Amino acid sequence: MPGDINGADTAWVLISAALVMLMIPGLALFYGGMVRVKNVLNMLMMSLSCLAVVTVVWVAYGYSLAFGPDAFGGLIGTLRYAGMAGVGVTDVTGTIPTPVFAAFQLMFAAITAALLSGSIADRARFSGWIVFVVIWSSLVYFPVAHWVFYSAHGHGGWIVDRLHAIDLAGGTVVELNSGVSGLALALVLGPRVGFRRDPMRPHNLPLVVLGAGLLWFGWFGFNAGSALASGGLAGVAFLNTQVAASTAVLGWLAVEKRRDGHATTLGAVSGAVAGLVAITPSCGSVNPLGALVIGLVAGVVCSYAVGWKFRFGYDDSLDVAGLHGVGGVVGMLLIGFLATAAVTGSARGLLYGGGFGQLGRQTVAVLAVGSYSFALTWLIAKAVDRFVGFRVARDDELAGLDLLVHGETAYDLGLQTAGVGHRLPGRHESGTPTRPADRPIAEQPH
Amino acid sequence: MKLVTAVIKPFKLDDVKQALEAFGVHGLTVTEASGYGRQRGHVEVYRGAEYEIDLVPKLRVEVLCDDADAADIVDAIVTAARTGTIGDGKVWVVPVEAVVRVRTGERGLAAL
Repeated sequence: MPGDINGADTAWVLISAALVMLMIPGLALFYGGMVRVKNVLNMLMMSLSCLAVVTVVWVAYGYSLAFGPDAFGGLIGTLRYAGMAGVGVTDVTGTIPTPVFAAFQLMFAAITAALLSGSIADRARFSGWIVFVVIWSSLVYFPVAHWVFYSAHGHGGWIVDRLHAIDLAGGTVVELNSGVSGLALALVLGPRVGFRRDPMRPHNLPLVVLGAGLLWFGWFGFNAGSALASGGLAGVAFLNTQVAASTAVLGWLAVEKRRDGHATTLGAVSGAVAGLVAITPSCGSVNPLGALVIGLVAGVVCSYAVGWKFRFGYDDSLDVAGLHGVGGVVGMLLIGFLATAAVTGSARGLLYGGGFGQLGRQTVAVLAVGSYSFALTWLIAKAVDRFVGFRVARDDELAGLDLLVHGETAYDLGLQTAGVGHRLPGRHESGTPTRPADRPIAEQPH
Repeated sequence: MKLVTAVIKPFKLDDVKQALEAFGVHGLTVTEASGYGRQRGHVEVYRGAEYEIDLVPKLRVEVLCDDADAADIVDAIVTAARTGTIGDGKVWVVPVEAVVRVRTGERGLAAL
């Protein structure tokens, strides 16, 4: 429905879209630094490929499935906007041009798929991954985005418009969705060779910190941009994002210092991401004091959650379920306690006298998205494994994916590779002693 | 001639170098190495998960010397590299058949 375009809103959402785009290379570095040196490039490529692949799918039909008018009782959008029909220079969504909205939402779709890659680090076939991303975005991301992000005055996505659960920036669509799907993926592909036996240390922690820094920076666009306007709500979301990330860092480090004896760098950035995840749904419904609590709880809970994989034996390699799944649930449920009418306008959580109503609605949203994502992702991963092949051969996994899949090596540190090449015939300098014919070269044992 | 090889803790390199210079050794070769002996590595914790890292970073120092100096050079290295804690390393000596200085072609003791 056409309305007036607001210049400030448009400018802010344009910038936010670019900020969210930057999170994808940020995520690539965050993940890339955490894997072993033989798989860095493959890890980067799994994220970067999402940016390219999801963009194409989005233009073809993804935007329409997510934001087209209801089909099947609101489970998904229709194909009315396929090929970006109805997304022209004069089309308006809210107070911003529809192409701006479509670009902003595209970045969400791309990074959510990229998030999943962390759960199957070091062992996925690249072709299987690409096929998976296309199918998963189509059958899991776009429907769930329609449930939560599509709003049309009480007739839109069922989770926001009918259930009235609160999820401003995608605690369900992005975080819980990727976390639960990551768990399903890890279960289908199985653990890496040597899981729970070999040390699989992060090969480059400064790279992880750089990636986390870009994520934190981009997250301001992710959360405050989700206000879809440049105003008070964006401001509150921006401030809450910073607050929750900070207390989550402190919460995680406190646990580490007490439990393991050291406050680690990896713990600090993991805490930051946990806090950012948890504040994603809640940034537009709590005040900064609420954000303090949400960050702290997320930091503490996630610092334990990432250890569950060793107890139960699933190899969620880079803790997608432990950070995004658990952090997403923490953020969604704490809205039920901490939402305040001063920010939301009406909805109130348990601690602000709203009773159990909002908490119940948040729980239903979590259960609905969680179970749908898990079941569908498990089926899709099984199908890809069966018909395309999702896991590399054991020897290839041991050798490392960078050289094998991409034909490249991440680091050339000189000594090991300097001067190695094919010796051309006729390059021996004169005067070099030659081996006498009666002394044949001995067989060199390998 | 002898080749004295020492595997030492990396932070002890300066002490070992000074001791060798004081003794009159004119050249040595240092390479980065990793391994374990009785020390058996250490534990690192990432996201709450403990990893036992069994290969510990070390430096390998190699010195070529005259037969008569070998025992003293070993003593110099051992004294300088010792901290008294586990993981101080090892020193060993092997005989060397031939040594040539690449620049001049000098051989034997003249090449040291």
